[in-house]
Amino acid sequence: MKFVGVTSCPTGIAHTYMAAEGLEQAARAAGHEIEVETQGSAGFDRLSPETIAAADAVIFAVGVPVRERARFAGKPLVEADVKKAISDGPGLIARAVAAVGEAVANPAAAQTGPPAPAAGGLSTKVDNQASVGVRIRQWLMTGVSYMIPFVAAGGILIALGFMVAQLAGGKEGAIVVTKLYALTGPPVPNPTHIINIVTDFNPADGMQWAALLFLVGGASFSFLVPILSGFIAFAIADRPGLAPGIVGGFIASTIGAGFLGGIATGFIGGFVALWISRWKVPKGVRGVMPVVVIPLLSVLITGAALILILGRPLKALTDGLASWLHGLSGANLIVLGVILGLMMAFDMGGPVNKTAYTFATTGLAAAATATGSTNLKVMAAVMAAGMTPPLGLALATTVRRRLFSEAERENGQAAWLLGASFITEGAIPFAAADPLRVIPSCMLGSAFTGGLVMAFGNTLRAPHGGIWVTPLISSPLLYLLAIAIGTVITAAAVIALKAAGPGPVKTELDTAEAVTV
Amino acid sequence: MALITEKLVVLNLDSPDRHAATRVLAQALADEGRVTDLDGFLADVRKREEQMPTGLPGGIGIPHARSAYVTEPSLAFGRSPEGIDWGAEDGPATLIFLIAAPEGGGDDHLKILAALARRLMRTEFRESLMNAPDATTVVDVVTREVVNP
Repeated sequence: MKFVGVTSCPTGIAHTYMAAEGLEQAARAAGHEIEVETQGSAGFDRLSPETIAAADAVIFAVGVPVRERARFAGKPLVEADVKKAISDGPGLIARAVAAVGEAVANPAAAQTGPPAPAAGGLSTKVDNQASVGVRIRQWLMTGVSYMIPFVAAGGILIALGFMVAQLAGGKEGAIVVTKLYALTGPPVPNPTHIINIVTDFNPADGMQWAALLFLVGGASFSFLVPILSGFIAFAIADRPGLAPGIVGGFIASTIGAGFLGGIATGFIGGFVALWISRWKVPKGVRGVMPVVVIPLLSVLITGAALILILGRPLKALTDGLASWLHGLSGANLIVLGVILGLMMAFDMGGPVNKTAYTFATTGLAAAATATGSTNLKVMAAVMAAGMTPPLGLALATTVRRRLFSEAERENGQAAWLLGASFITEGAIPFAAADPLRVIPSCMLGSAFTGGLVMAFGNTLRAPHGGIWVTPLISSPLLYLLAIAIGTVITAAAVIALKAAGPGPVKTELDTAEAVTV
Repeated sequence: MALITEKLVVLNLDSPDRHAATRVLAQALADEGRVTDLDGFLADVRKREEQMPTGLPGGIGIPHARSAYVTEPSLAFGRSPEGIDWGAEDGPATLIFLIAAPEGGGDDHLKILAALARRLMRTEFRESLMNAPDATTVVDVVTREVVNP
């Protein structure tokens, strides 16, 4: 037969390896094959998913909990103290052989959990021995590392959409592409002339290609918060965390709680799932725990907590901020620019950011009917302040590479394009991984940029588009200067703060391991 | 530097209990400058020993610790003809391996210790240490089997 084993011990320098040797000797003597993963302090080389999939049974001979245990789910399991493998390897091998026989006779009873994926499997880099602070960062980094592909794909597609729109639609193209196209049928009647590109796609129309890119990118972006939240919860609670984390993140996204809301739901979902999965339940109920009880309760509790507890204060916050901003309209424009900059960078797509952005775009709508160049200045300040967070972080990853993990450095390259296209979300992977140092740095740079744009008196007639709507910006060179200054300030601040603290947390993506769901 | 030297071998370890025996071996490490604070290191080893005694079947004791007071991965070896109780069920330990790892040791260092731990499970390895006539032979056996296999 073929077996796989995991050995571990508190210190990780002696028993772990002796136990592995004991299992290997015993398996060989009995004519079986075994591969053992030694989870010692020299780190551990993961058994390949194919090896695990091919194994008839799993042997855990451990002194501390198995890391990434979910990889072995669904296999007949023998679990013993690490010393057992040293003193009686042949006994454990015999038990594993017996467990295989039992599993054949009674498949339901011998399973260790829900069936394992045939190959691949998700993993985290959470070290259960680490301090609370380190583990929190590892949980966040796990969520971020799974979110990054969605940010990169979505952000770049949206940016490409703007580029194509500018080529195909001229200087108003980047505005039109955000407004005129949809994936669902236009409302009846159709006063805004929405074009459904599913039913009415016209390959000869460049604007429709731009819209296709823009809409697919938008679809990818809608997963940012659910995936971030889901994989924070996964890092905390393993497989049971995914459902409450993803659903909670989706609700956070829907009610406009942004990525900070998603971090909250990731933690709530993860800990609720962990808590429920540790309930001591009667044997008869144990079988339905992972498939029914844990998902049902954890999803309900996480979703309800978010809606009932966070929903109302959130609404009050955005309403309060909005009326406060309107009250400021008569005040000093530079002060208003600084405040809008701070808000744009605070939560990057969350409620505070959205309030500032909505304030600007409603002003833009009013300016279409009135003269109001103040409203156009507000729009210019808001867009510039939303561009500097990703740009500043891209600059920081370029000039001080070793302060960032490999995943962050790669994300930094995409962040140039995202920032230039006013896709503030490009900064979220950095902010979610290390909010206390990244968010203040972004706010500082955006505050300068917001204030400078007001001081320069730039105006903007487009609600979105970044550098792709430059023809619609007055004094574009001064505008770009304001953005460049904010970018440098954010980069300098984030470098200073990161250099003063602990280094980057390595993530799964650092080893470029394929991720399959 | 070498994992073990002749000065780290005690062929007639004659101590009343495992803590005293550990101290004799740790003193050898300290004399060689491999342990910077004898009492601090012993406290780390003791902490590990209290989690679960490190005596193993076959007359082996493997007190060990990762400790900030260790400068390089080291093995101190003691042989006790009478045997010292090390908490194993099948009787006292006659071969004592004090394994010292630095707190932040690199992977290469830890791999040597992993190889040592695996060799401890081999009967031939134990027997050659049991029958070694002198310290030089012990060092040769360990070096041949663990360091340059």
